This record gives sequence, C-alpha cells and structure tokens, in this order.
Amino acid sequence: MDTVIELSGVVAVLGQFPALAGVDITVQRGEIVLLQGPNGAGKTSLLRVCAGLLPIERGTGQVLGIDLATNREAIRSRVGLLGHANGLYLDLTVMQNLQFWASTVAAASSEVSDAMATMRIDGRLAEVKASQLSAGQRRRCALASLIVRRAEIWLLDEPHAGLDAAGRDELDALLRSAVASGATVVLASHERDRALGLATRTVTIDGGGAA
Amino acid sequence: MTGAVINKRRIAIAVARKDLTIEWNSRILVNQVAPFAAIVMVLFAFALDNDGILLRVAPGLVWLATLFSMLVVVQRSFTVESADGALDALRVAGVDMGAIFVGKAVALMVQLFVLELMLVATAVVLYGVEMTLAGFCEAIVTLVVATIGLGSVGTLYGGLAAGARGRETLLPLLLLPAVAPVLIGATRATEAAFGSGGATVSEGWPWIGLLLVFAVLFSAVGTVAFGPLVDE
Repeated sequence: MDTVIELSGVVAVLGQFPALAGVDITVQRGEIVLLQGPNGAGKTSLLRVCAGLLPIERGTGQVLGIDLATNREAIRSRVGLLGHANGLYLDLTVMQNLQFWASTVAAASSEVSDAMATMRIDGRLAEVKASQLSAGQRRRCALASLIVRRAEIWLLDEPHAGLDAAGRDELDALLRSAVASGATVVLASHERDRALGLATRTVTIDGGGAA
Repeated sequence: MTGAVINKRRIAIAVARKDLTIEWNSRILVNQVAPFAAIVMVLFAFALDNDGILLRVAPGLVWLATLFSMLVVVQRSFTVESADGALDALRVAGVDMGAIFVGKAVALMVQLFVLELMLVATAVVLYGVEMTLAGFCEAIVTLVVATIGLGSVGTLYGGLAAGARGRETLLPLLLLPAVAPVLIGATRATEAAFGSGGATVSEGWPWIGLLLVFAVLFSAVGTVAFGPLVDE
C-alpha cells in the first residue's frame, strides 16, 4: 500500500475562523476512511483541504505526492470532491453528462462504458435526462463522472444524504466496487452505523483536529 | 501548438457543445426567448405606430430587443450551471476556467446570432426596412462583431452574478451599462446598413471598428478574469 494523503499539523482557516487546528491524518491507497465528528468539527474543511480548494496556513501536507502548500491546484484534477450537489447538467441525459466529463479529460468512449458498467447504468438509464432521475440514480451518475474523470481519491461529503435505504445499500456496494477497482475513498457522514459498516478505518475530527 | 493550448481548446469545444446540446434538449431559445424578442418588436411597433418613425428607429429597436433577450439567455446559461452545482464541480476538478469562459461565450454567441438574424428579419417584414447588397453585407458584419462583444461581456458578467444573492436583478444592473457601447456602435452601424435617416453604408464602418475593439477587449479580459471572478 502506498500513502495517498499525508497531513501533519495542518491548520486551515475559513475567513477569520479556524477550520482545522493541527490535523494529522494518513490515508493509504485502497482504503475507505470515515471522518466522523459533530457539526462544525472540520470534516468538510478537511475534505476541501485534501481537494486543494482550501489553503493550509500551517503544517505540511501531501496528496498523491503533491505538496499542498506550494502546488495545491495541481491536485484538483486528480481527486474528486462530491458534496450535497451532484454536479450534473439536469437538461442533459446521463450519457451526455458522462460524455461531457470525458471530453474534458480526453477520455475514450470505452472509459465511459466502463464507468457506466461499474455504476450499473444500463442503456435505458443512460438516455434519461438527469432532471428525471431519482436521488440515488443521480448519485450513481455523479460517481460515474468521477470514474470518467479518472479521480484517484474520492472525497465524499455526506454521500448518503437524500437516499432511501435501498439507495444507501446500493451506494455502499458501488463504493466497495470502486475501491476494488483502485479508487481511495474518504467520506464524511453523520450516518454513523452505516458508514462504520462501509469504512475500513475511522478518523474522529473534533474541534478541528484529528484523533 | 503546445499541449496546454490543445487541452484548453478541447475543453472550450466541449463546453460550447454541451451548452448548445442543453439548448437543443430544452428548446428555451426557440420556445421562449425568440417569441419574447418578437413580442418586444411588435410592442414597439404598436407603441410608435408611425411607419416613418419605425423605419428611423428600427436599428435601435433591433438591438434593444437583442439586449433584453440576451439577459434571459445569459441567466439561463448560468442557471444550468448552478442548478446541481455543475460549475462548482468543474472548478473543483481544476478544469481551466479560461477555456470554460471561451466555450460558454461561443455557445452564447451562436444563440445570440440566431436571435439577431430573426430580429433583423422581423424588422424587415414588420417595419418595412429595405437594404442594398452592400447594406446587407455590412449588417452581417455588424451582427458578427457585435455578437462577439455581447457574448464575451454577457458570459463574464453572467459568471460574476452567478454566485451572488439576488442574481436575477443584479445581472441587468451590471450588464446593461457595460454593453452600452455595443448598443450605440451596433445601432449606428445598423442604421448605415439599413439606410435609416439617409445614412450611407460607408458611415457604418468606423462604428464596426469600435465594436471590434470592444469585442477584442472583453474577449481578452473575460478569458483572464472569469476564473478569479467565479472563485470570488
């Protein structure tokens, strides 16, 4: 296993407020790491730091070997951050959404087909507009776009939100399948019992620090 | 060509194709914006109710109707980006924002050009405008150059307003003053093309030069400034 995320004493601020106060965390390739903690603990901020969106004020950090302090923008194209929104174009079909993402990274059509197969998107569903999909189907489409984009680390903020029980089961199965295909997943979730069943390791964030 | 340039061009083409596919799927331009623009032209005709005056002011009416319609098209262009956080997803994914600007601006220009052709045709039919061949050519050049300027500034300000609270009212406040030079230049050039008020075709070319300067300026500024503005 190789290390894909390595943060040491990372401090980050949002405006004038401390978002992370000395976080130490290491994630190995192929892990499913659950970040848990109360609201405002800094879970989302940690995901944004790992995505290269939030700069670090102090400490050191590397994601996929790229230094967060000096080259964080280079990280963005290699990780996928999925929040409450799915990042889909609602007037495009599932297939058109995936083809668009594929064209931004010059991915072959076979990669789109593979992503659809991994996320169990069949030909009929591929032709449906995103606006007509259920919450679970939209989430599958969004995860498929991460595969098409070749995101090596999936940073998921409350991935179970808005899904029914069947949709959550399906999402967990898809995430396990994606990890088996080489992805690494770091997720923040309030669904403690469910996420504990999914995660290979748990990291508690409290007051902006990891324990 | 370097890899970075090829990469940006590929992204710009993908974004333009995506925006035009969204329009093709939803038909908002055809079913809502074009009828709105046509209604504006008809209402102007009712309000002025004088063939002589209509012929004189037809170029200004064409461009005013274009600007009003553009507000709807620009709002729509960024509503589809924000509805499910798609523009954020592109930004988070590190997709080149300058290339996104170019792609969205090109898609907007294509839609505006179609709309302007329809409005000029409406003016010809409704207001009795007559054009010589030279005037027709000048009108086409005016449409092309003015559309590049409008598309660029519309995309820039649309992106700026997209993340703001009250963006529906903010966009017209920001955009309309910024496109005033296009309104003036395009109206004067179109007057020359239409021969309104005794204007000759040759009088229009300096105004087209002004439109060209505006188009180049805002295309360059937009490509550089779009990313930082959207990030803010």
